Amino acid sequence: MASLISCPHCGTRAKEEFFIRGDATPVRPAPMAGDDMWNDYVHVRANPRGRIREYWQHVAGCRRWLVVERDNFTHEVFSVSDAAAGRGGER
Amino acid sequence: MRYSALSIFKQAFAGNLGWTPAWREPAPKSHYDVIIVGGGGHGLATAYYLAREFGIRNIAVVEKGYLGSGNVGRNTTIVRSNYMLPGNEPFYEFSLKLWEGLEQELNYNVMFSQRGIINLYHNDGQRDQYIRRGNAMMMEGVGAELLDRESLKKMLPFLNFEHARFPIMGGLLQKRAGTARHDAVAWGFARGADRLGVDLIQNCEVTGIRRENGAVTGVETTRGFIGCNKLALAAAGNTSRVGEMAGLKLPIESHVLQAFVTEGLKPCIDHVITYGAGHFYISQSDKGGLVFGAEIDGYSSYAQRGNLATAEHVMEEGVTMIPGLSRVRVLRAWGGVMDMSMDGSPIIDRTPIENLYLNCGWCYGGFKATPASGFCFAHLIAKGESHHVARALRLDRFERGFPIDEAGVGTQPNLH
Amino acid sequence: MTAYRLATGGLVDRSHAVRFSFDGAAFTGHAGDTLASALIANDRLLVARSFKYHRPRGIVTAGPSEPNALVTIGTGERRDPNTKATVAELYDGLEAVSQNRWPSLAYDIGAVNDLMSRFLSAGFYYKTFMWPAAFWEKVYEPLIRRAAGLGRTSLPRDPDSYEKSWAHCDLLVVGSGPAGLAAALTAARSGLRVLLAEQDFVLGGALLAETTKLDGEASYVFARRAIDELQNHANVTLLPRTTVFGWYDDNVFGAVERVQKHGVTIDPGKPVERLWRIVAKHAILATGAEERPLVFGGNDRPGILTASAVSTYANRFGVVAGKSVAVFTNGASGYRTAQDLVAHGIEVAALIDSRADAAESAPAGVRLVRGGSVVDTKGRQRVRAVVTDRGGFEELIACDAVAMSGGWSPVIHLACQRGGKPVWSEALQAFLALEVGAGLVTAGAAAGHYRLSECFEDGARKASAIVESLGRPVAGFERPSIGEEIDPSFTALWHVPGAKSKAFVDFQNDVHTKDLGLAVREGFGHVEHAKRYTTGGMATDQGKLGNINAIGILATMRGVSPADVGTTTFRPFYTPVSFGALAGTSVGEHNMPTRRSPLHGWAARNGAVFIDAGLWYRSSWFPKVGEKNWRESVDREVRNVRENAGLCDVSTLGKIEVFGPDAAEFLNRLYCNPVLKLPVGKARYGLMLREDGMVYDDGTVSRLAEEHFLVTTTTALAGGVLSHIEFAAQVLWPELRVRFLSVSDQWAQMSIAGPKARAILQAVVEDDLSPAAFPFLAAREVRLKGNLKARLFRISFSGELAYELAVPAGYGEAVADALMRAGQPHGLCAYGVEALNVLRIEKGHVTHAELDGRVTPDDAGLGRMMGSAKPDFIGKRLSTRFGLTAADRAQLVGLRALEADKDMRAGAHLLKDGAKPSTLNDQGWVSSACFSPTLGSHIALGFLKSGRERYGEKILVWDQLRGVEAMAEVCDPVFVDPENRKLMA
Repeated sequence: MASLISCPHCGTRAKEEFFIRGDATPVRPAPMAGDDMWNDYVHVRANPRGRIREYWQHVAGCRRWLVVERDNFTHEVFSVSDAAAGRGGER
Repeated sequence: MRYSALSIFKQAFAGNLGWTPAWREPAPKSHYDVIIVGGGGHGLATAYYLAREFGIRNIAVVEKGYLGSGNVGRNTTIVRSNYMLPGNEPFYEFSLKLWEGLEQELNYNVMFSQRGIINLYHNDGQRDQYIRRGNAMMMEGVGAELLDRESLKKMLPFLNFEHARFPIMGGLLQKRAGTARHDAVAWGFARGADRLGVDLIQNCEVTGIRRENGAVTGVETTRGFIGCNKLALAAAGNTSRVGEMAGLKLPIESHVLQAFVTEGLKPCIDHVITYGAGHFYISQSDKGGLVFGAEIDGYSSYAQRGNLATAEHVMEEGVTMIPGLSRVRVLRAWGGVMDMSMDGSPIIDRTPIENLYLNCGWCYGGFKATPASGFCFAHLIAKGESHHVARALRLDRFERGFPIDEAGVGTQPNLH
Repeated sequence: MTAYRLATGGLVDRSHAVRFSFDGAAFTGHAGDTLASALIANDRLLVARSFKYHRPRGIVTAGPSEPNALVTIGTGERRDPNTKATVAELYDGLEAVSQNRWPSLAYDIGAVNDLMSRFLSAGFYYKTFMWPAAFWEKVYEPLIRRAAGLGRTSLPRDPDSYEKSWAHCDLLVVGSGPAGLAAALTAARSGLRVLLAEQDFVLGGALLAETTKLDGEASYVFARRAIDELQNHANVTLLPRTTVFGWYDDNVFGAVERVQKHGVTIDPGKPVERLWRIVAKHAILATGAEERPLVFGGNDRPGILTASAVSTYANRFGVVAGKSVAVFTNGASGYRTAQDLVAHGIEVAALIDSRADAAESAPAGVRLVRGGSVVDTKGRQRVRAVVTDRGGFEELIACDAVAMSGGWSPVIHLACQRGGKPVWSEALQAFLALEVGAGLVTAGAAAGHYRLSECFEDGARKASAIVESLGRPVAGFERPSIGEEIDPSFTALWHVPGAKSKAFVDFQNDVHTKDLGLAVREGFGHVEHAKRYTTGGMATDQGKLGNINAIGILATMRGVSPADVGTTTFRPFYTPVSFGALAGTSVGEHNMPTRRSPLHGWAARNGAVFIDAGLWYRSSWFPKVGEKNWRESVDREVRNVRENAGLCDVSTLGKIEVFGPDAAEFLNRLYCNPVLKLPVGKARYGLMLREDGMVYDDGTVSRLAEEHFLVTTTTALAGGVLSHIEFAAQVLWPELRVRFLSVSDQWAQMSIAGPKARAILQAVVEDDLSPAAFPFLAAREVRLKGNLKARLFRISFSGELAYELAVPAGYGEAVADALMRAGQPHGLCAYGVEALNVLRIEKGHVTHAELDGRVTPDDAGLGRMMGSAKPDFIGKRLSTRFGLTAADRAQLVGLRALEADKDMRAGAHLLKDGAKPSTLNDQGWVSSACFSPTLGSHIALGFLKSGRERYGEKILVWDQLRGVEAMAEVCDPVFVDPENRKLMA
């Protein structure tokens, strides 16, 4: 994971082509959702050791935001998918 | 056993056979007033100050590995108090003052070396930021000096003044900052705590936190259940995992930071120097190795190892700042797991759970904080209220809207 | 003369003499020598001083694990300190000097430490040097630092260059000994893309020093033939002089190739070292095994080498370390070395075997001492005798060299760099890398298969399995017939009891058995504690020789198995790698890209002084003849803009086009202020927040058509904002139909500001620019005279009547020149970012000096922009948090200096007049400051607690760092034209 990432659009590329944002698990709450939900979304992270989902953007390639599902201890990658896949925003 | 030149002299003539263990290896008792989870720098300092300053002696420190096996033993050993924001600066200055008396206090030479830190700047905007920071330091009574290019050239002729993408314009100097022998800090606090009766229990991993009516009553460990009145977490690198045992979700993401050391060299760099057109920082250990690092690798990780691309980037910055590093060989790279918090600043606070106290979120700046972190955490545990220099380091500062964001980058942990 | 070159034998080219020097003395060696073998040939066994006790030290090994023979090679700017003589390829003109000694290698004052050693036990420095406290930095530490360290550097600029390359292969083979060659041949014949990396300058590994015949010929002949075959496979790349130093995620390996480290003359067209990043589907680690030294009293004297090193020097290089060699062994390998020596006609003083029940027999004529051990050695700067003990009976045996063999450890370093733990093998008395993760296997001696036949077979077997896993048919590899081979079995001997003097475990760092004993006694018995307390394993060899013995000794002392002690962590780099190689070409001026605006040439022609602004060069000011300093130029430019007009290059701003039916809705959620109802042909100032409610960036939003917007960003955040927008569109609201295009580089953009801007601009623009036709905030496509399409925005940063004109980048300079010509009668001047900064401070406009990531819109006086009625926008919800709306937050204010001669500078803090400086009393800070030519005084923008309530208050601008204090009056941040008359003109 930390050397190469297989972009679903561009193929296997070096890690330095990507920008990493962080945890892809939190979902942006509805505008009127409670303060707790908003605080959790912006500030609180489960941060487990093991399987996680993380946002990576292929800035030096297709510029798509990707969800990298991987193990944050072994760095094994399980899948890399377009973040918009299945949500109406595919290209 | 007290350490002194005399004790060394006496022992030398006894074949060095009379030295006694630096700490006991006690079996865990069934109950303690306070259990501290984490036998790193902060946990050991907390135990020491609880016993020394706040009169609580019935304490255990439980450590899953060996004492000092976390980030206290894998950092770049920098000690400084050159912060800008009022939530941070008094705390780190308090820490620096504790460092200044630490060796005599602990009767242990942690080789705290006040050789000075110089933060280089490369443009007007950065200079103005450093002036703001330097003035914030002086408001707190912390010395700071602004160095121009000419005086830097005299002090550090090996810097790249002519052939850098971003030429060096000057620097901010804190003379009292420096380095310390990192392992010795853990050992010094461990020995000091042990001498005050604290039980240091190694190879004892916490596997669960027991609660009754919501309140914490003790910990399940690989060496059995241990009861306590108060439980204090100082497990940076594993904070979220231990917190999760009590049902806590925290404003923390784990990231890996690499550090490096070169082969030993005769003295050639006499200060701590940081690069303003990147994140590179460097100093020379007393053994002669150049110790350095830069930014975190950038992804969530619990693996104590880094990636090559980041290492290469660190070297690029290093050679750009000091061209003469080019032929110096790098001996070893290592990685530590950082508690990256949402604003880049730490947390020393109570938790919503009764009897559970939290010390975490040190990002990559925990080493310098070790004495103050221990002192203030002990203060909180003993007195139930924050020490005045640590008042801003609250867990609820995020939801209440009082972040302490030195970098000004918001709630993205990997940018701090 | 006791160490010497044999009359015959070895693989060096005796017809080719190579001249070199060591510590100023001239010597000769041969092509094919290492510096170490050439030094031995010249009877120079004393080559270094140890780290702590400054003991005389000689060459111990013949490879990369060498702890002692570190020298500085090269001269001037090309000095390479701490270079291992045992791997340094000899070349004509090589100049080497010894290290860590004064005044000379033979007479080193530092050796007094050895006499004082009883006071300098492990960790002694933690127990003293504490009094008086101030002495640490002044007295003790400088002494320690001077005594410590090894090589010397003055950090000169490196004249050489480095480069990087990716390589891809099906199979990476690390090591070219029997296992590596068998693996490479198997894979190559099966059609795999093979990369074979070897740290040595000659391929062949152990076969180069092996005396056993292969297929009836010398083993190196077999190796050469194998290498010839590999070279002829188009699918094979051979990389000699290449050390694989790290194993990283995704089976990527880091390696460094020494391209030009073996000659005085450097071809400047080539790098001296090349970093390889090798993407390997599979890798076989065939790195062999390391022979252990034995830990006995006085085991560190020059002339004491590992037995395999003695054999290698004799067999491969034709040199021997002595005329009479004592061999001390705990297994079969010592017998092989004795045999090698006898074969070369060298006397073996005695063969001492620690095993009483050893089955092997000594070569004819060699005295064998079974069940004996060496407990001490004699000699100062080289060994001259060993003291043996056999059943309590001591004997002095004269010798001038010692070959020691303590058994074997597979070299598994790389395999354990990614978290896989080494596993203790009781049978082999060694740690193995068994299950370390996919993609890498060990083979041959590195996997604990020591016999030559096993090495070949294991290499071929492991490669075959890889070939099969890739779905290809395996082409055969048949190992050669092997003459006499030995099974290098041994009985572990971690240290020799009864040592009469220091028995060293870590040679370089001078860690001896008593140090480990002290560590255990004091509670530092954990392998990591012992390492950190004694420094064992922390030297430049990273414990390659010593760690295993230290583990065995700790196990013995603690009464447990080495398996329970475990190893310390294996980490990169296998052997040290230069900064230069790792950094490559992205250094110095090329550390980051340089960006030039499309108007750079125009600015240069007009005499601009450039400054760095992020990656860009921006024109800072445009000095005129006679102006004595930058202030005069800037003041003139500011006055001219306010009185006439000026032209400023603003091309570096980020420019992003936004298209789509939902573009308006998208931007309405992106900015905190309303955008939805922005009319076509209009621009609006926009403020973007982060989700935490703080200001992220500002810029303008222009609606060019119903479904087409153009947004601008600040120069600094052009890239960041684009990513932010893409995140919002792809992740937060993928259902919105909106697309983006960054056009930052497509347009040259210039600001024309000042009362005469309209008249000047009208001279080049076809469209009607009258206030009615092109009012404030108009934004649309216009046609320039000459029929060029351009975009014109009536927006103002300076507060003047101002426009920003964007033309396709390639036309930028021509249009700017045309404007300058058209403006000449009106007094138009070029102005730079310094004047721009003064103009905007005078007008109270903010930049990132104010919007520093900790500021809310309200802090910046822009609270009224917040579209609170909008259902959602980024940053809306968290902007209402208590702390973000507190009454005592620092708010943007203006500061007007009360004393004409005192300036204010950004970074100063604010104090109530008469208040004691303290963090508690700190009232705020100055974010931007300048001299205002318009007002004729120093002014500033700053943030002051509850500032908007404090206009009129006199406050102290406190800049202790620069030693300046000035009184200022707090005022509205808009210093000029608060009614916007000039703006709307």
